[in-house]
Amino acid sequence: MYKVESATRLADRVYEYWIRAPQVAQHARAGQFLILRLHDAGERIPLTISAVRGDTVRVIFMAVGKTTEELAMLRAGDSIKDVVGPLGKPSEIETYGTCCVIGGGVGIASTPLIAKELKSAGNHVIGIIGARNADLLILEDEMQEVCDELYITTDDGSKGIHGFASDVLKKLLEERTIDRVWIIGPAIMMKVTSGVTVPYGVKTYVSLNPIMVDGTGMCGSCRVTVGGETKFACVDGPEFDAHQVDFTELMQRQRIYTGQEKVSLERFAEHRCRCGEGGGHHE
Amino acid sequence: MSDRPADIRVHDFEEVDYGLSTDEAIAEAERCLQCKKPLCVKGCPVCIDIPAFVREVAEGNFPAAARALKEQNMLPAICGRVCPQETQCEGVCILGNKETPIRIGALERFVADWERENGPELPEVAKSTGKRVAVVGSGPAGLTVAAELARAGHAVTIFESLHEAGGVLTYGIPAFRLPKDVVRAEIEQVLALDVRLEKNHLVGRSVSTDELLGYDAVFLATGAGLPTFMCIPGENQNGVYSANEFLTRVNLMHADAFPEFDTPVLHGARVAVIGGGNVAMDSARVARRLGAKVSLIYRRGEEEMPARKAEVGHAKEEGIEFLTCTNPTRILGEQCVTGIECVKMSLCGLDASGRPSPEPIEGSEFTLDVDMVIQAIGTSPNPLLVSLIPGLERGRRGNVAVDENGRTSIPHVYAGGDIATGAATVIEAMGSAKRAAAAINAMLKEE
Repeated sequence: MYKVESATRLADRVYEYWIRAPQVAQHARAGQFLILRLHDAGERIPLTISAVRGDTVRVIFMAVGKTTEELAMLRAGDSIKDVVGPLGKPSEIETYGTCCVIGGGVGIASTPLIAKELKSAGNHVIGIIGARNADLLILEDEMQEVCDELYITTDDGSKGIHGFASDVLKKLLEERTIDRVWIIGPAIMMKVTSGVTVPYGVKTYVSLNPIMVDGTGMCGSCRVTVGGETKFACVDGPEFDAHQVDFTELMQRQRIYTGQEKVSLERFAEHRCRCGEGGGHHE
Repeated sequence: MSDRPADIRVHDFEEVDYGLSTDEAIAEAERCLQCKKPLCVKGCPVCIDIPAFVREVAEGNFPAAARALKEQNMLPAICGRVCPQETQCEGVCILGNKETPIRIGALERFVADWERENGPELPEVAKSTGKRVAVVGSGPAGLTVAAELARAGHAVTIFESLHEAGGVLTYGIPAFRLPKDVVRAEIEQVLALDVRLEKNHLVGRSVSTDELLGYDAVFLATGAGLPTFMCIPGENQNGVYSANEFLTRVNLMHADAFPEFDTPVLHGARVAVIGGGNVAMDSARVARRLGAKVSLIYRRGEEEMPARKAEVGHAKEEGIEFLTCTNPTRILGEQCVTGIECVKMSLCGLDASGRPSPEPIEGSEFTLDVDMVIQAIGTSPNPLLVSLIPGLERGRRGNVAVDENGRTSIPHVYAGGDIATGAATVIEAMGSAKRAAAAINAMLKEE
């Protein structure tokens, strides 16, 4: 069993959990993820390792499906049945020069660790974090601390620059040389934003989030097409050269279980109502 | 021994085969000639003293029979069910020349089931040697090495990346062929020998290779995890599974009981399964139990299928349609599978493996309307861990290179099961593990 040390609500439906998992914490590097299973009837879901402190690791997630809704109900002191990690290859951290680390929405969760390791490797690190609105923007202080420069964007202009991370990236690329770019966010955001770096020929990494089961290279559920070849995000990734990724296929495969996911979530909501559990318990 | 009727069993995951009654077991055991030079023992990859355990069954002394079995094999209830006895012990039984061979597999299962129901007796464990052994993977090879070395007095730790032990016994072979309580009970017996099991530990990631190599001996048994795909157009569409994924979702994650269990699986109405091995039969029969009409597509003839004859028979009884000498060329659909394009094959000449070589027949293309495809065309070694161990030599197919005793290029590191041999049977994995265990034990004693 893996104990939840703290459970905090960061924004609407967005939660920050610190979980005691020594073997994950001891070995985790930027860009890696873990897989957790809440209980014996649970599914295995991958979540990015967002930070490490002692024997605990942090995950940040949005409650959008049955398992994340159920996870969001756990409080400090509760336990998670299974946690395995770190999984996947770490980010390719080297001394490149100037690097840009971009996070969109809940994808911002991955950015501080990558930015921090890039900074330690001697890079000048530019952060861009974007959200739909000011309320959904997370980890601003943390990114401020680890980046040399930080840009904030919101879709509605309620904070920072009115627009998208891709707008800022484009402007930066016009003004100066950027050697490497990391983009983490929803598939469509990664597709659009990485398109910006193509004309500049800047190597750009995206962290892919396909559906997984074992997460160790055994099942092939997470296969993605990169440069015309089938790759497994869990062992070959999760970070890939953005310009080689077939995002359309990724998004199509993310929708395989849309129907079942709806059934599962509705059933869970009904069950929760019957048990008198409302939402908002983290307030 | 008899099977549950096909029209009933296709609606559940209960075991197909009822097993022998006590009277049937004794009568069967009494047929044994107790050969002076028993061929059956030579036919057994783990060298069970078959005449000895069969004799005890004939005398109704089941605890002694169990003891004789477990002397050489700590997983008899599993082996009794999934070993291809017809090509091993039973295949060489002298009685087979005139009548039918002794049903050794059924007897092994009977004894193991009897013992499980009547309280298992643990084998003796030698006094502690103070040596530490790491076993990577808790499938048949890992469990076998762990049991052998724990009995020899070494402190064994098994690292398992999944949340349940058993490897292919747990995630791969369906419950109707190998009930999961049977698997759990035999794993418990291995663990009861003071074997430590660390689940949720992926060696190479959550356990460093330095930590691993710090053990007095290491046994790599990570299996043939990586699914092979055909590399035909359309295979990344929604509705195309590897057999590994499809079977894992159902066997390990219980997706057949969705939404009681959270993991979903697609329920195709018409499913094509590609392949002719045991995994293809398992996939087809699981899909059938999820309500599908299933067609099994195999490029050679039925005679050439690597699957056990009994499983081919079971699949047919359950209404699986066999399309032999047929090869898929393309999976049709936009986003979701709508069909599979195939071509008929003719068998001409022999290939390198001595099997008929299939060649496409021009103009024989046809389309099968299906909404789901399962590819069960094999696996290759999972490269994750082996690529992280410096100096570990690999064979041609990415497997770990070993000698006949499982020794790798690193002195105290051994390997067995599919990671060393390539995809093979449960019992072959156990056989390679036993040889490695003997070598490891000898090495640790010398030190």
